[in-house]
Amino acid sequence: MTHTAPVHPLLEDGRALILVPAYNEEQAIGPLIDEVYSLFGKIPILIIDDGSHDSTAAIAKGRGARVMRLPHHLGLGGALQAGYRLAFELGFEFVVRIDGDGQHDPAFVTAMLDAVSRPGVQMAIGSRFLHTGGGYTSVSRGLGIRLFRTFLRPILGKPVLDPTSGYVAVNREALEVFSRSFPLEYPEIEALVVLRRRAFQFVEVPVSIRPRLAGRSTITALKSVYYIVHVMLGVLVNILIFDRRRWR
Amino acid sequence: MDRLLFITTLIAIALILTVLISLRRAHIRAEYSVSWLAAAVILLVLAQAPGLLGRFASWVGIEDLPTALLFLVTGVFLAVFYRFSIIISHLRDANIALAQRVAILEFRLENVEDGRL
Repeated sequence: MTHTAPVHPLLEDGRALILVPAYNEEQAIGPLIDEVYSLFGKIPILIIDDGSHDSTAAIAKGRGARVMRLPHHLGLGGALQAGYRLAFELGFEFVVRIDGDGQHDPAFVTAMLDAVSRPGVQMAIGSRFLHTGGGYTSVSRGLGIRLFRTFLRPILGKPVLDPTSGYVAVNREALEVFSRSFPLEYPEIEALVVLRRRAFQFVEVPVSIRPRLAGRSTITALKSVYYIVHVMLGVLVNILIFDRRRWR
Repeated sequence: MDRLLFITTLIAIALILTVLISLRRAHIRAEYSVSWLAAAVILLVLAQAPGLLGRFASWVGIEDLPTALLFLVTGVFLAVFYRFSIIISHLRDANIALAQRVAILEFRLENVEDGRL
């Protein structure tokens, strides 16, 4: 297959995996896989189908991706952890997570892998606020991000511009941690704290966040409030019970 | 007060019978019925022994016996609900770990069959 972007050596030699959690994304998943293959050629891509009721898994398989189907819906954290576990067991050294709704432009996978393969860096976060024109976000999410930045600054010991970003790359050290211990709901922010408590380092990478390729977000105003309270509680509990396993 | 104690007795007996019937029909497992049976027996004993309820009321500093009974009932059921929240949390963790393991094994099996692993 011809491709349009230079393939990162880590993808080319099969040391890195693109992980895509997807739940009822039958309209978006096909174009997303096509986009990845057209950019980089036939690289390892694993779709985690989180108990979809639609044809997400069948479409992904039809496009040539490898698909792991969960027996029932676990939620984002549970689905991601399953993917991290499998990636760790299969021996991958780096994993880049992009969402199945197409909001994460896969063209930035190379930059994410460059960042996470630097010595002393365990995780890279794709930040829409570092990229010119990359800051697509809703008003409520923008407010939430500002709140979390302030909340997380003293906990993480450094600023993070886009703490809710799901565009994430991890190396094998972080993969090992996430395969054992990963927040189950709204995992992005708590995952940062999990790594920080182990003195791991993260960097932010400029990426472009796009509108969904298809479908509608299920996040409502009420869910946003629940999200904020839930995440803050999760972060505080994580600090209080550091080193005790809360998630399996 | 007598009527309140009579109603509490009826509720406690109804709870014990409901739990026993559920046990017999295998709708509830024995280990999870213990909390409910213990709560029902506590209610039954207090409703049938007003002296004991009076001593409890004076111990916690409540003069009104119905209020003391309500206080105690609330406390007993809060303890039962809390215990079940812990059980549900453990079951959810186990369920997630199991679902993940099933998915991973199924993935590996499919890929072995396809010759991709």
